[in-house]
Order: sequence, then structure tokens, then C-alpha cells
Amino acid sequence: MRLSLRTAIGTGLAALGTALVVSALWPTVDHPVRAEQENAQEYASPLEVLLSPDDARLYVLCQQSKEVRVLDAASFAVIKSIAVGTMPRGFSLSPDGARLFVTNAWDDTLSVIDTHAMSVTATWPVGAEPSSVVADRAGKRLFVANRISGDVAVLDAKTGTEEKRLLAGRGASYLTISPDGGRIYATHIYPNPSRVRSDLDNRTAPESEITVIDAGRAVVVDRIPLHSIAGVFHLALSSDGRLGAVAEYHPKNLVPLAHLEHGGAFAYTLTIFGADVGMPVEVPLDELERYSSQPFGVAIAADKSRLYVTLGGSESVLVIDIPRLLRFIHTHPRPASGSFAQDLSASANYVVARISVGHNPRGLALTSDGHRLFVANRLEDTISVIDTRTHRVASTITLAGPKEISAIRRGEQTFYTSRYSFQGQIGCSSCHIDSTFDGLTWDLEPDGFGRDIVDNKMIEGIKDTEPYKWNGGNPNIPTECGPRTEKYFWRSENYDNLTLADLAVYVRNLDPRPNRWRQPNGEFTPEQERGQALFTRATDKFGKPIPESNRCSYCHSGPKGTNQKLFDVGTRKPTDNSGMLKSAPLDGIALTAPYLHDGSAHTLEEIWTVYNPEDKHGRTNDLTKDELNDLIEYLRTR
Amino acid sequence: MKKSTFNTLLMKRDSGSWSPTLSPGKTRKDGAPRSVWTLAVLFISVQVIFAAPPQMPRFRFENFTTANGLPDNHVFSVLADGERIWAGTEDGLAVYENHAWKSYNTKDGLAHRAVLSLALDKRTGDVWAGTMGGLSRVSAGRIDTYTQLNSGLSNDVVYGVSVEGENVWVATAAGGCRFNTRTGQWTLYNERNTPMAEIWVYAVSAAPDKVYYGVWGSGLLEYNQKTARWDKYDDPDGENEMVLFKDQGLIHEIVTSVSYVDNIAWVATYFGASRYDGRYWHNFLAKDSGLPSNFINTIKGTDANRAWFGTDKGLAYYDGVNWAVYRPSLKDGKPEMTVRDAQGNVTPVDVTTAPAHNYILGLDFQGDDIWVATAKGLSHGIRQKQ
Repeated sequence: MRLSLRTAIGTGLAALGTALVVSALWPTVDHPVRAEQENAQEYASPLEVLLSPDDARLYVLCQQSKEVRVLDAASFAVIKSIAVGTMPRGFSLSPDGARLFVTNAWDDTLSVIDTHAMSVTATWPVGAEPSSVVADRAGKRLFVANRISGDVAVLDAKTGTEEKRLLAGRGASYLTISPDGGRIYATHIYPNPSRVRSDLDNRTAPESEITVIDAGRAVVVDRIPLHSIAGVFHLALSSDGRLGAVAEYHPKNLVPLAHLEHGGAFAYTLTIFGADVGMPVEVPLDELERYSSQPFGVAIAADKSRLYVTLGGSESVLVIDIPRLLRFIHTHPRPASGSFAQDLSASANYVVARISVGHNPRGLALTSDGHRLFVANRLEDTISVIDTRTHRVASTITLAGPKEISAIRRGEQTFYTSRYSFQGQIGCSSCHIDSTFDGLTWDLEPDGFGRDIVDNKMIEGIKDTEPYKWNGGNPNIPTECGPRTEKYFWRSENYDNLTLADLAVYVRNLDPRPNRWRQPNGEFTPEQERGQALFTRATDKFGKPIPESNRCSYCHSGPKGTNQKLFDVGTRKPTDNSGMLKSAPLDGIALTAPYLHDGSAHTLEEIWTVYNPEDKHGRTNDLTKDELNDLIEYLRTR
Repeated sequence: MKKSTFNTLLMKRDSGSWSPTLSPGKTRKDGAPRSVWTLAVLFISVQVIFAAPPQMPRFRFENFTTANGLPDNHVFSVLADGERIWAGTEDGLAVYENHAWKSYNTKDGLAHRAVLSLALDKRTGDVWAGTMGGLSRVSAGRIDTYTQLNSGLSNDVVYGVSVEGENVWVATAAGGCRFNTRTGQWTLYNERNTPMAEIWVYAVSAAPDKVYYGVWGSGLLEYNQKTARWDKYDDPDGENEMVLFKDQGLIHEIVTSVSYVDNIAWVATYFGASRYDGRYWHNFLAKDSGLPSNFINTIKGTDANRAWFGTDKGLAYYDGVNWAVYRPSLKDGKPEMTVRDAQGNVTPVDVTTAPAHNYILGLDFQGDDIWVATAKGLSHGIRQKQ
């Protein structure tokens, strides 16, 4: 397939043709023909970069081509490509630089690379969706952040044997070890579960944390709270350990998402912590006329003069003058909340440059002398090499791969960029982090202010589950992603038809990630088997027939778990305009809390223990607690 | 004193190396004069007759109440975690660290203000708190709560909790549960899948090989982790509250606490205590042991031979032979410690402090020290050199 596309007509031409077909037929038809067959695995998609201790080598983690490319950091020549697992997401070196550890997020494995031999010497099974790894200074333990299980696994560094798991934030993804090796800091991309039930009158701001681990004892010793934050990415520490900075999103989801020009949907910020600042403080990266969308990677110069942040949505790197930042923090009266996020004038005090780079810049690495900054442009297959003395891109390393840009690739670029929104504030991926969801509920304008609070949905596996939106109001993906988004979100530039078609192709091709609740042999556990029987049952426990429309398997039928029709399942709130809702697909349901259209159910259990008093959301009130547990064990396999 | 008793005492004091005494008037083979032996026997006899009571642990008790920082005087449970002490009270979970108390309550995410049970995950440092309104996990200041509505927990009234490996074992008012912290899966144990006749599960003690559930009115349940099989131990006297067969099985069906240590299950009931080694039972009643009362709220074994008992009439310790009781006197409330030897001789020990109250609900150890949860305060028993 890969060869035929490349050699026959060329991926780009095929994609263009597809896009033209789609645009010609849209909105009546939502079935791109050829582009869906494109194999996106060809692109390197560099996600992270890393320098060897002597700065001689540049390691590039290529997510889609599933490899680590080893480059000469001076000549940029490729020394070797080392194949690793599926969807590699994080990597780090052992303290002596002799071993390189790579987390393969979709294989649930860790690749161990001998950096002298430049080959994989071991592949160890680890937790659910390992996303980052660090080694302790003693070389005894590895710490691995597991995104799905929301924990940090502690492994024996020599054998990979798991010792234990430490509770981290939801969607644990990024780890940083302090310069003295004493502490490990873990961040997470989804907000922690809310402490209060999120009925409409008590929706709460998201809460996240920096999980602080004592590396020697391998226990969590602190959790630095990040109030109103959902989406926390890389963290960096100064070489003296006195200053920490973490990249994060500050969503404004409790107020109606009305006008980007009147306050926006997000602030993009850093939380600064450590002895240099005392209590942690949140500082904005956004400027008055220009947002700093989707900050991801952070690096601090060894002399603590500069701090660099990649902006995945703004396609640039931000340069912050640290002395000026500290002066701002210490001289401006700190708000009671500890956050300057609402002050768009603040960043002028410390942001000294914004350097344009490629599509969706992510990981970055700074040379020991602080003169060169390497930035991985994930959706461009390039590495920008920035001269930090001039704040200019000195050179761009092009990674080997297809020269043509496929429709899926173009669509993905559109998905991750913020260029279409007013002042570059948001992109699709601001809310659909890494093409998933954000764990938040939003008040979107089209339904009226304060009306129809909706949970943000996972978009993997969305293909062929139309209509879209909770109320089924959008008949197809181009409608969902096009006029609705342009009108209500972007407030700026419209997509042209080709761009929209590419975006639709990309979204349609987002396959669900591997389900971790299914057994490798494909068989159900006894609990799952019993749960499946409850899911499909036609009579209740008293022998009474359950009307077809009130069986789980009726509304949630088919391979995706939806019959694509609208029902009133008794979950309408006073602020909802209608109780009619599309039956939600079940793909990946174990991952996507909260639940129900307005996110009022924190867990799967609450759908039935709290929000189904009249059995309108399926006949379930005859079930015992253990039977309900069985049903949920089955649903997690979907 | 009868000779047999004397001989027995000698044997015990000699740790089993019993040397028979010689009859008067005869000469030993080594030629020692008879008078010397007579004097020696006399000396030993005097020593035994006026012997000090067995050496039992002595403590200086420091008591905590609301007057010095505890959120409530009714303390259900206590847990020692290194230098930190956790206390489950009727009005929140309190932690004592650096000579100060800090409290957590429902506003902090705690499942309920009344904290009935506590368990430490020694690998991670997380504390699990069983409350009247669910189960809470306290991890470096963050509290996650599991209830019967938001999770697979069988019931919100959590009487007992125990951590073993990645599993958290829970005793609730509607059966037992096992929560796998790695997979998030809940497994429930009740009358439908175990020999549990009642589902009012009061206590749990989990180890890598076995898990014991103490059930109020349904005896002791044993789960073999390797075979996934259940065994049930009942009082052979049935529901008869007379003990007809003392050491032939569990002392009573109303089990309130269980502690599994060194392959021994120490079991507390409201009508005495039991020790079970996997084959034989040994039961303890106030009338024939040093227990101050048959009404036992909590039990904790320190090893196969030694255990502590929290009763409604004080705190008791059993070292395998002798007993000690620590409490405010039942007569005048003055601090009291008594020691009972193997022969049943009870000797008072001069003390100036005692646990805060006789009604003991929980206990835990901090090195040589003991912490005691009582109905009217928390007590820190600081071990005294003897």
C-alpha cells in the first residue's frame, strides 16, 4: 500500500485529488475516498530531541516512523536510525549517557538502547501508555509516567522489573529529574477528578498538580497544586535547582465560550516555582495581540539567563529573560490567586523574542554552552537550529521522509495550528489534546449563554458515528469542523474548502488507541463475560422483558457502540434546551471521564448510581452492586 | 508452693533448661557438702517466693485530646507512619508531625468525617482511610475518594482496610472488596461468592499468602491468594454464648478484628480472642487469661507469640506467657498497670500514667512505642527503659 501510493501517483496528488472530490461533494457527502487509505506512518514526526552529554550527538524521537534517529549534532548527518515501538512518546539518557530509554506509548513497552552500539538491547513491558522516562542518578531505578493509569511506575534500572507505582495526576505524561538528582517532577495532561459532583450549579475550575517524587526513596513527597490548569506539559529546572518552570494551559471553561476577542478561551501560561520565587506563581505567555498557543517544551539556559518555550499551536519558540521575569514576579503585587494569567500586559515584561519555526514545534534541547537550541517540528519533519545569541533560526535540519504532504498530514497541521483563530488563540488541539479530549465541560455560545453545558468528547474513532455534537446537530465532520468551528470558535479566518477537506480526512482517520482492558488472547474475563450478558440482556432480574429501546445493546449497538439515533435518557438538566441526545459511541469509554452530555457523571458508575433513577438510561436499577461492576468491566473493553 | 509449681517455674525461668533439684541428705557425685546444696535450694526458693513479676513493657503515656490539637476525642483508629502519626477520629483525619496536628475533613475531599480504619501502603507511603461515607486515599496531601456511588466499592461504611501489594482490601457493611490500584478493578466478596453468611464485615488483614476477613456474626473467612479458595471458621459452639469446646475453634461468631502475622491469625471477638496457626486454635477468655475483658474491639499481633488487645476495659499485652494490662483504674481512674504471670499471679506495677480511656478502639506501633486510640483521646505510650 505504501509503495503503491508513493510510486503510482504520488501521495500529494492523491490527497489533492481526494480533497477536491470532498470539497466538490461537501456538504452532501462526507466520504473521502482515497485519502483514508494513506499510510501516515511514513512521516518521521519528530516529537522530542535530546543531546548526548558531550553535545556531540542529537537524538531525535520520531513518533510516526517509530524510530530514534541519531544525528551528528555538528554536521546534522544521520549516524543511525534505531527502530523502536509504536507511538514512541518520551526518551531520556542514563546519567552516564550509555543507555537511552524510550517509552513506546501504544505498545506499553520501554526500549533500552545501547548508545555505543546504537541498538536496542532490551524491550521491557511497562504500564498503560508509558509516556516519559527518567533514570535516577544512582542508576538503580527508572521512573516511567503512564498516561492511561495516571501513575509513575518505579522500575529496576537493570532488569526493568516493576517495583511499584506512585499515584500521579490524570494523564501522567512528562518527567523531569532535578539537577541534584534528588527529586523527580511529574506532570499530566488531563485535570484531576473534581472533588465535588459537577451538577450545573457547582462546576469547578480544573485542578492539576506537579507530583514531586523523592528519587532516593521512590515515594511522592509533595504535590504542587496548579489551580485552574488543565493540560500540563514539560517542566524544566535551572542548573542550581532554585527555579522551575512548567508549560500549561489555563482554560476558561466556566464562562461561556463567547467571543475570543473578549477574553478568549484559554490563557497559556508557565507556573514558576522554586526557591527563587517562593510560593509558585503563574505567569502568562500571551501577548496583547498575539497568543502563545499550546506551550509544550521548556528549557532553561545553564546560566539562568534565558528560558525557552515551544508553542505547538503558534509555531514558534518564545524567549524569556529570566532576570526580568524574576523582577516582574518580585515587584508586582501578586494576586491572591497566585496567578497573573489574566494580565495580558504581563508578558511584555519578560518575553524578549518570538522565533518562528516549523509546524507544531514540540521538544527542544539546548547545548551545554547555551548557544544552540534544537527544536523538533513534529508536523514538518524538520529540526530548527536556533542561534540563541541572535534569536534566529540558523539552520533547519530536514529529516528523511516523504517530500509530499498528504491530505492527512495537511489536515493534522490544520488541527494543531492556532493560526485560524482570532489572535492565534486556539486550535483544535487546544481542547483535543494530542487529538483526544481535555476532560472539561464547556459552555458553547451557539446554545445560548449558560445553556447546554457540554462535555468535550474524545475524537478517536469518530469516523462513521455521525451525526455529531451531543444533540446530533451536525450531520457530518465537515459541518462539525467547518462552519460551526469557524463561526463560533475561530472568529477570524475561514478554512478554504481544501483545508477543510484535509482536516476532515485527518479527523476521520484517527483510529482508537489499543484497549488495555481487553485480554491479549481476545477472551473476556469472567467479569467481562457477565457484564456483556447484562449489556445484551432482554429480561430483567425479575423475569420481566426489557423493552428493546431500553436495552444497553439497542442504543449502543454496532462496532462503535452507537446506533447514531437520538434518545431522551432522563439526563436533561434545567439549563438544557432539549433532553434528546445522540447515543454516545463506546469506543475508548474507559479513558474519557467525565460522562454524560454535561460531564455530570464523574465516573461510569455514576451514570447509573446517580443519574438513572427512572431506568430511562437502560434498565439497571435491578442490578446488584457486583453486577454493575461486571457491566462496567465489560464496557471498559469497548 | 507445691514442688511441681516450683519446678515448672524453674523450667520456665531457665528457658526450658530444667535441672532437677536433688533430694536433701544425699551427696552429689562431685562431692559438694550437703549443706551447701541445702543453702542453695533455700536461696532459690526464697528468690522464687519473693520474685518480681515478669518484665513486661512499661510506658509513659502522653495523651492527646481536642485540648492539644486533636479534632475530636473519639478516636477510632491510629496509624504510625515513620515519624508521622495518623488518627482517625469522629470529626476528621488528623496527622501528627513535627509536634503539631493537621486535620483533613470532607472539605478537603475526605469521604466522611468519621474515620473508622486506616492502613498504610508501605511501598508508596499512601494512607487509606475507611470512613462512614466511603474510602479515601491520602497521597502526599491529595485525597481521592471512592464511594458506593462513584466507584465499585460495595458500601460506604468501611470498617476495615488493609493494603497488600497493589491491592487494597476493604471490609464494609455490605461485604468485602478488593481494589486493584493498577487496573482500577473492584472485586466484591459477599454471600453470593463466598461462604459469608452475614455481610457485615468488620475487619480485614491481608498478606501475600492469605487474607482474613472478620465478619460480625459470621466468624472468620480465609482467602487463599494462590488458590483463590475460601475457608470459613466458625465457633464450634454455634451461636451459644457458652464456651463448650474451648480450643476447638474460633471463640465466637462476632468477630471484630483480625491481625495476620507470622502465619498466625489473631482474632478478636466480643466474647474473647483466638489465636489460629493454620491447624490449632488457642482461645483467650478473661476468666482464664490476662484479658481484662472478653469484649475486644481491636487486636494486633506483633509476631506469632505476642499480641496486643484493645478492650472495653483497657489495653492488654500478651507475650506468649504473661499478660500486662494498662488502663485508668476501673475503681478510681488512677493510672494502673498490672502484670499476670503464667500461674495467674497478678501483680500491680507502680505507674503514673495510663491510656486516655479504658475503651480502646485502635492501636499501632512506632518502634518500641505504642499509640492507642480510645473513646476519649489518643495516647502515645512511650516505652520506658527497665
